[in-house]
Amino acid sequence: MTKPIALAIKWVLIVATLAGILWIATRLAQAGNTMAVVIAGLVGMGILAVYATRRSVPLKYLVPGLLFMILFQLWPVLYTASLSTTNYGDGHLYSKQESVTDIIAQSVREVPDTPRYKMSVAIAEGGDPVTADLVLLLTKPDGSTYVGETTGLKPLPPAGVEKTSIGKITKAPGYTVLTAKQANARSKDLSAIAVPTSDGGGIKPVGLSEAFEGKATVTYDAAADKLTDAGTTPPTVYAPKDAKWVNVADATQSFPQGWKENIGLANYSRIFTDSTIRSGFLSIFIWNIAFAILSVLTTFLLGMLIALLFNDPRLRGKAIYRSLLILPYALPGFVTALVWKGMFNQDYGIINQTLNISVDWLGTPAGAKAAILITNLWLGFPYMFIVCTGALQSIPQDVREAATIDGANAFRTLRSIIMPLLLVAVGPLLLASFAFNFNNFGLIYLLTKGGPFNGADTSIGSSDLLITYAFRLAFSGSAPNYGFAAAVSVIIFLLVALMSIPGFRRTKALEEVN
Amino acid sequence: MSTVNAPVPADPRMDARVSEETGTTTTPASPKRGGFGGSVWWRHALGILALMWALFPILFIYSAATNPSGTLNTASLWPSGFSTKNFTDLFNDSSRPFWTWYKNSMIISFVGALGAVFLGACAAFAFSRLRFKGRRGGMMFLLLTTFFPALLAIVATYIIFAAIGDVLPALGLNTVTGLILAYLGGALGANVWLLKGYFDTVPRELDEAAIVDGASHARIFFTMTLRLVMPILVTVFMLVFVGLYGEFMLASVFLTDVDNQTLGVGLYGMTLGNDANTLFGRFTAGALLGSIPVMLLYLAFQRQLVGGLTTGSVK
Repeated sequence: MTKPIALAIKWVLIVATLAGILWIATRLAQAGNTMAVVIAGLVGMGILAVYATRRSVPLKYLVPGLLFMILFQLWPVLYTASLSTTNYGDGHLYSKQESVTDIIAQSVREVPDTPRYKMSVAIAEGGDPVTADLVLLLTKPDGSTYVGETTGLKPLPPAGVEKTSIGKITKAPGYTVLTAKQANARSKDLSAIAVPTSDGGGIKPVGLSEAFEGKATVTYDAAADKLTDAGTTPPTVYAPKDAKWVNVADATQSFPQGWKENIGLANYSRIFTDSTIRSGFLSIFIWNIAFAILSVLTTFLLGMLIALLFNDPRLRGKAIYRSLLILPYALPGFVTALVWKGMFNQDYGIINQTLNISVDWLGTPAGAKAAILITNLWLGFPYMFIVCTGALQSIPQDVREAATIDGANAFRTLRSIIMPLLLVAVGPLLLASFAFNFNNFGLIYLLTKGGPFNGADTSIGSSDLLITYAFRLAFSGSAPNYGFAAAVSVIIFLLVALMSIPGFRRTKALEEVN
Repeated sequence: MSTVNAPVPADPRMDARVSEETGTTTTPASPKRGGFGGSVWWRHALGILALMWALFPILFIYSAATNPSGTLNTASLWPSGFSTKNFTDLFNDSSRPFWTWYKNSMIISFVGALGAVFLGACAAFAFSRLRFKGRRGGMMFLLLTTFFPALLAIVATYIIFAAIGDVLPALGLNTVTGLILAYLGGALGANVWLLKGYFDTVPRELDEAAIVDGASHARIFFTMTLRLVMPILVTVFMLVFVGLYGEFMLASVFLTDVDNQTLGVGLYGMTLGNDANTLFGRFTAGALLGSIPVMLLYLAFQRQLVGGLTTGSVK
């Protein structure tokens, strides 16, 4: 039945997809990620099974969307939950074994009178010179060439390698040599590199074109699970404690390289037991609820009043009013927030200048909260206006007439007839608006960044929402704490779930699936 | 993404109401009704007050963008002369590639919206036209996922894409393609509800006739159904486009290189630190230009966008 041309397109697409997956799988295999290779293989077989056979027609249509959803929405959610039980974050990014290797390599000191390597800074081919992991291309005094990575040293086959007269490598297959300027821009990363060698020593860069091989002062005793630094007198002994190597004699001293480990529910208990975090978390939570409720209330009231105002059949020019009133809603959200941020500026902002006042809007807790609510009112009232207008139109005229005949005045009609009918119609949308504002990251982050910051814990801002707080824990500052941020995210998940149960139950749509 | 995924399911009645209201159809002038006095002038007076409240920040953006001095402290509500200096300064600032941001925003929103429409339309076809086990459950599940915006999992998303970038640099962090992939994760959800509602209105008899004529399901989908549901495809495309265009959180985490940034992330960078005052004119010039596509879309597709927003999503 199927036309040959359609059949051809179908098979070209299937083969192209499988080829793409195969390519990804080879890259994964090179990176040594067995688990991901297996998953890629299963996905490939699944695609073949669904599209190459005549069975399971519904899946043919569901698989593309589902694949994206599972990979980039469901998996991140589950991964967040698993992260929340770890200490993953600054200083705890690697495994314990990697922390030992790194500490030993970092402790390398140059042994006097040993020859130096010629060195070129490079990255794997195709990487971004600004962010990719650095590798060192090394030439021994005898001319043999090596590739040094933080995982270890391996020989570089001479085929295709080009060197300068002094032996510095300028070209090597599979690698891109950085220019002096590019390498210099990465000097901070470069100084942190230490290539571990098999005999317990390491290779460290000196400047941009030389490296030395030296002896490590730190040794690892696997049986006792202790690190000993012979570089000090007397030698210092470090033992594992709280996923870090801590000096046995002086508990305040430890290596910066810790490791990632499972810490159970410690992140969660920290929220509820650490007194500064607990009180900060509580105040964020209260403001978060208040912000969502006040936002819905103010936008709904203003939107409804304007809708009532224009709900008169005799009024002309309603279409023009509507087109203009929708403009605040049509501006991209980031523009709105950033422009209002400028207008709220204490010294130069037009709000203070026009009203001839000097309110520190963004610098005081109360001012910041007021600024946020005013901005959100401006941003959100058009939506409520449109929604209410639609709902008002659907209230039959005869209901109002009946009320008028019964002697109700305008206010009474509004209160007892129109409002209840309106609320029934827009109720679910108000709940949705609440749920959206509960996590209204963009507005808060762009307007106040959660600030101003004061009080016992400087990581807790006075206009923070839970979501901006979690975001700051993970992405701002010098010491990200992904595990703790994930725990806060999971708590937001639970709160949203709790709050959306009533909305979910009320949804008529549940019965309408047929 | 969140703007596309807010949690209200499609309610066809509201849709009808809103399109009735926002449509160009003129309500027949009804006879005078009792109640609010005899004239409407006070409604116009209050209406103009509402317009002033709605439009003064937009007037301010225009004034600041055309302000010759181009700083925040000289910006005023009323235009103080017309100058294109801020615009030329903005275009000639090599450390802030405005047109590159513009291009990135357009590419991300366009490709992301196109992908979301395609994935959503495929899924909606299955849910509307095909009968299979777990269909009802699947729709419920999609509804449930819309309650949890993807931004809650941003920490994990970030780490996952960092890992992807180690293996496939073209799809990792700091790439436009990686960001589009992350957005496509939320392509189903509310969109499928919106699409399925419309798919259901296409008579099944058409499908049956096509089947009798020997058409395969793929042929029915690609050559018949997709054409018949074009209006909702356009609506969803616009909704997703506008949503992605204004998305800030994921974009700011993903795109660290100035050449890869979107308008939102780039313009945000101009309002930080000590330069905020002097760059304000340029920033508003960029904000004005950046707002134009979305504002035009809103005005041109008012009916569809507002109808879709009230049923599918909340900003």
